[in-house]
Amino acid sequence: MQRSKLGLDFEKVGHAKEVSKRIADDVQKFVDNYSTVAVERTLCRLLGIDGVDSNEVPLPNVVVDAIKDKGVLSEGVMFFIGNAILETGLNPQQIAEKIAAGELEITTFPIRPMEEIQNAIQPFVDENINKIRERKAKRDNYLDTIGEGPKPYLYVIVATGNIYEDVVQAEAAARQGADIIAVIRTTGQSLLDYVPYGATTEGFGGTVATQENFRIMRTALDKVGEEEGRYIRLCNYCSGLCMPEIAAMGALEGLDVMLNDALYGILFRDINMQRTIVDQYFSRLLNGFAGVIINTGEDNYLTTADAFDEAHTVLASDFINEQLALVAGLPEEQMGLGHAFEMTPDLENGFLYELAQAQMIREIFPKAPLKYMPPTKFMTGNIFKGNVQDALFNQISIWTGQGIQLLGMLTEAIHTPFMSDRYLSIENAKYIFNNMRSIGDEMEFKEGGIIRQRAAKVLDDATELVEKIEKEGLFTALEKGIFADIKRPKDGGKGLDGVVEKGSNYFNPFIEILHKK
Amino acid sequence: MSGGLYSTDSNDFDKTLDLTKIKPYGDTMNDGKTQVSFTLPVKKGEEAIEAAKQMMRKMGFENPQVVMVQELMEGFTFFNCYGNCTHTVDFTGIHVPKVESTTMDMHETDEFIKENIGRPIRVVGASTGTDAHTVGIDAIMNMKGFAGHYGLERYEMMEALNMGSQVPNEEFIAKAIEMEADVLLVSQTVTQKDVHIKNLTELVELLEAEGLREKVILICGGPRISHELAKELGYDAGFGMNKYADDVASYAAQELSRRLNG
Repeated sequence: MQRSKLGLDFEKVGHAKEVSKRIADDVQKFVDNYSTVAVERTLCRLLGIDGVDSNEVPLPNVVVDAIKDKGVLSEGVMFFIGNAILETGLNPQQIAEKIAAGELEITTFPIRPMEEIQNAIQPFVDENINKIRERKAKRDNYLDTIGEGPKPYLYVIVATGNIYEDVVQAEAAARQGADIIAVIRTTGQSLLDYVPYGATTEGFGGTVATQENFRIMRTALDKVGEEEGRYIRLCNYCSGLCMPEIAAMGALEGLDVMLNDALYGILFRDINMQRTIVDQYFSRLLNGFAGVIINTGEDNYLTTADAFDEAHTVLASDFINEQLALVAGLPEEQMGLGHAFEMTPDLENGFLYELAQAQMIREIFPKAPLKYMPPTKFMTGNIFKGNVQDALFNQISIWTGQGIQLLGMLTEAIHTPFMSDRYLSIENAKYIFNNMRSIGDEMEFKEGGIIRQRAAKVLDDATELVEKIEKEGLFTALEKGIFADIKRPKDGGKGLDGVVEKGSNYFNPFIEILHKK
Repeated sequence: MSGGLYSTDSNDFDKTLDLTKIKPYGDTMNDGKTQVSFTLPVKKGEEAIEAAKQMMRKMGFENPQVVMVQELMEGFTFFNCYGNCTHTVDFTGIHVPKVESTTMDMHETDEFIKENIGRPIRVVGASTGTDAHTVGIDAIMNMKGFAGHYGLERYEMMEALNMGSQVPNEEFIAKAIEMEADVLLVSQTVTQKDVHIKNLTELVELLEAEGLREKVILICGGPRISHELAKELGYDAGFGMNKYADDVASYAAQELSRRLNG
């Protein structure tokens, strides 16, 4: 039995995890029977289909839309493309190009026996699985040779809108000590039902996530990492309507960390829950296989709901997200479960409550590289106080052994970070992490004290909440506004028309391969 | 700590306050002391420091002091500087347009509406355009409010609808027509490349095209919004940092009463 510095009742934790597993299994029963346009486009990408047509429409969209327009998407792209390979002797990319040119109609060919179809497609499946394996091996090799920075990893964002300018900012941050560079996506990309193509230089509040942009940044970070003698991780956003496609692109291009959370999309982007839960499963399979750390978005609950009153919703959601990840074969070591330092600075003993919660989450998910979010909601234009708020946040992180430290910026709430803001933020964290490195090993918390009581209370409330969710089912619970005070209908939101029940010919060989590793 | 520690200049300037010629204040009236930080795209060195000093002089500072020099990466150097500002401002000649209303608390506003309007005020709010941030509109509208200021949803005399984020202007207007809204609230958080200006202007144009502009109280808000900017863009009022639901609700109620009751 794990020893708790907080006096946590691990039997209670075990019970909450069992309840959460049943919630996840119930969701999975639904997921197994459905596919989505995004999953099907991901399969196109995993067969090597890439590029755009003369109207800049990505070829995976062209192929999937062509099949959907005929009303037969339920059979899946693998079935039709496999059959078309047999009929035409072309490869998937050539087939997609011909569909785009209006020269091919793949849903009307005579149907070959299923075994032949599956055999025809297998070489393309293997080819891309090997590409992902090689990419993962390259990361592992870097970690074995040049190594990485100590945890908590220092995570900073770049958000210029121009991938080439992002590279400059990212290089500066890496040289100053950043371990993870997150390229913020352009505002609104999560609601696009396609992934833009090519290198881009225009974005609002961030940079367009494209496969080419991934490649440009990965190449730059590899170069800096080699020079600095420290592997630099790259993070992007595997969320929104193209969740699994971005996962595939990231797996192919060597991304290391992905924001990946269906609950976040449902609540904060009003994406339909059926759509994004199905998308999430396939994207987590890919992330798990590719060795990508996922970050979940629980911290965001506290930007709308109160951080003190609603702390248990964060833990409950972490419980559920852990189980949804395990169902998709994603190991605990890749679960960057989210939480945050967001209580109002005016709260008496607020630091103690934050410390209690951070230590509690650490002990409940001992292997997870927890993602810890800095204060944002109560950051003001007072950059001097902001630097102090970030310092308190950094102290808790090193004290409780967080995994991924999203660095707070003293200019949060003013602008996207200047190069110098990032420097000051990294300096703040490095100072505190070094100065307080072993404090967690030295400290335990007083029996019956504020900190132990707080942790026990949050765990009790979270357990009660997952029990309630189990009774109702996750979808119904979301309809009732259980997280972040936000209600979302099961048949509302964006992307529902892209959900399709699997037909009798449907097959997706990747699921088994990705599960097996 | 005296100003003389870093400053080598003489202290024999006029130390009486003259509101027609105010200057930044460090620790002595009219010393003009100002702190400035910036990055120059050059490598660290004596030349970089000299460049920073010259930059300070061009910004209007005498006796520039570079107190911190940090290379952020090769070719970029960050400075923290102090200097004595040479410019002055005539404070007596300043006029800033402000929202003309008295801020009341929730209860007072509800009472005010009962007495002066006699029916609930209908309010539609959203973070419009591509802006995905709900933090602003939530702070003003959500039941819970922000920092102890209850949101409009909690007001007895308001029918408040928060449409959330990324609401297209067309959809926003359609909902306003459907609800027969008295007040429209638009929140804009992302301001990169002035995307908020474009979006706010488009809304005004669409409302004018629909013949609705004069029929509603049009309010915008966000961390980078000022009342002056709002007026310039054709809004009735703008609320920036440190404004809460109370401020917005009081203004909306009083302005509607002015319009209905003259």
